[in-house]
Amino acid sequence: MIPTIPQPRAVRLAYGAYVLLFFLYLALPLSVVAVFAFNDSQFPSLPWEGFTWEWFFGDARPKIGVFHERPILRAIGTSAFVALCVSVLSVAVGLSNAFLFNRYEFRAKGLLYMLMLLPLVIPGIVLGISILVFSSSVANGLWEVAQYDVQALRPGLMLVILGQFSFIATIATLVISARLQKFDRSLEEAAMNLGAGRLTAVRTITIPFLMPAMIGALVVAFLMSFENFNTTLMLVGSDAPLTIAMFDRLKEGSTPLLNAVSLLLMVGSSILALTVILFQRRN
Amino acid sequence: MRAGTKLGFILLLTPLLLWLSLLIIIPHIDMFLVSIRERVDVRQYETSLANYLTFFQEPLYLRTFLRTAVMSVLATLITLLIAFPVSYYIAKIAKGRLQAVLFVLCLIPFYVSELVRTFGWMILLRETGVFSNLLQWAGLADRPVEMLYNDAAIMIGLVYTSMLFMVVPLVTTLESLDDAVVEAGYDLGGNGYSVLREIVIPHATPGIVSGSIVVFMLSLGNYLTPTMLGGKDSLWFTELIYSQFIVRFNWELGAAFGFLLLLLSSLIVWGMLRLTGQTLKETMG
Repeated sequence: MIPTIPQPRAVRLAYGAYVLLFFLYLALPLSVVAVFAFNDSQFPSLPWEGFTWEWFFGDARPKIGVFHERPILRAIGTSAFVALCVSVLSVAVGLSNAFLFNRYEFRAKGLLYMLMLLPLVIPGIVLGISILVFSSSVANGLWEVAQYDVQALRPGLMLVILGQFSFIATIATLVISARLQKFDRSLEEAAMNLGAGRLTAVRTITIPFLMPAMIGALVVAFLMSFENFNTTLMLVGSDAPLTIAMFDRLKEGSTPLLNAVSLLLMVGSSILALTVILFQRRN
Repeated sequence: MRAGTKLGFILLLTPLLLWLSLLIIIPHIDMFLVSIRERVDVRQYETSLANYLTFFQEPLYLRTFLRTAVMSVLATLITLLIAFPVSYYIAKIAKGRLQAVLFVLCLIPFYVSELVRTFGWMILLRETGVFSNLLQWAGLADRPVEMLYNDAAIMIGLVYTSMLFMVVPLVTTLESLDDAVVEAGYDLGGNGYSVLREIVIPHATPGIVSGSIVVFMLSLGNYLTPTMLGGKDSLWFTELIYSQFIVRFNWELGAAFGFLLLLLSSLIVWGMLRLTGQTLKETMG
């Protein structure tokens, strides 16, 4: 089944049709979400009542649009804050890990590398509860010893950030390591021969070389954090990020408002994702 | 090591050790310790296996656990069967620009939150949904059809949600398969089926394994899809964990459930790696 081996026309057509069907299947749920954001009705379902922008810009009941819906706007802000913290933290630790595994030989290197991969094969909900249990143990211990309640260790944004970081750091490490492996170390040596110190050589030669991977990791980490659900669900406090806020609304019943939020999310993440893909292709 | 490199080494090692110990290793040990204790009085705990006994004695818990495992395996198989021909098409048949576009088209839906994808399936499948209306319009049904809230809906959602994690590793391994090898297979008298079995599939095995591991894990640990698309009797194991922790506030039993879920997923991942003679490093790294 490769182009150079002739196949009966019927087989080729059937194969093409299958692939086409697959892409329709991929596009279908997202398209209906997008389309019903413009339905002039209380429910995101048929019949089609006409086209409206109200679910984006409406400011009067019953059609309050996204841009006038305070709780949703606040949830988007919370998500963006969490995602920013997680992505910066992940890229920083990922960069450090990449240098460690690339530049040093030490005992237990293999073991540490395997441990570093582990968060990818732990279900997100288990990561969430283990961090929840441990942070409560620490908080309870501190209370017993010092009568001091550490709010940061109770469910809330701090734990959400740590929980998401605990597995997104692995992704950042892998992305940055892959690029560091392709780096020609003689360039660094050349800089040092020309009188640069070790740190200067890394800062002026290696880091710029790693920049595409670091930006890629930053965006991927941001998106993963923004859309994370499982780990966040177990660690969330009173400030709900967007996915949790939308989940709570969806349980109560849906209005096209949720479609409008979803459409904005789709547009936002597609733009980010496409930028990264194009950016990496150019490099 | 020189003094300078030694300092650098320690500085680079510290974040890794802090991350792995404080967020991965110690929390899991602590979770295990909580799972093997039993509350005997207010703030009084005893070490016991009571929580694990409860799990094995309560049919609902055990049944949900097994159901979740079986359905996750099934979801993995279905995802593999659907994804393989598509991945092969992208890797071997589509050329140049078309290839790049198809690959990106596969990636895009998965940059969108799982919540949005699940919401899309709800709009399609529910009683007042698009499919139900289409069926009535086409005259195939005379009243609204409810397609949501059953196991099939969960399966559709799980397969959809995991598709990317199967397609990407498959495309990557299939791309590295040399056309000449496939041609040689045909020249030596093979037909489509034998070439697939003897050449293509063995070559794609690393991709199949890593894709299957990730898809299985994601299905097993999924909470959103079974909750939103499943009905009252289609309980998922993660829902039990959630309810013990957040609703019932029985952390001991919840921790035991969490540990069992972790054990099951580790066992299956380890088993698949053993079976195909691969390591976690090759598969994930």
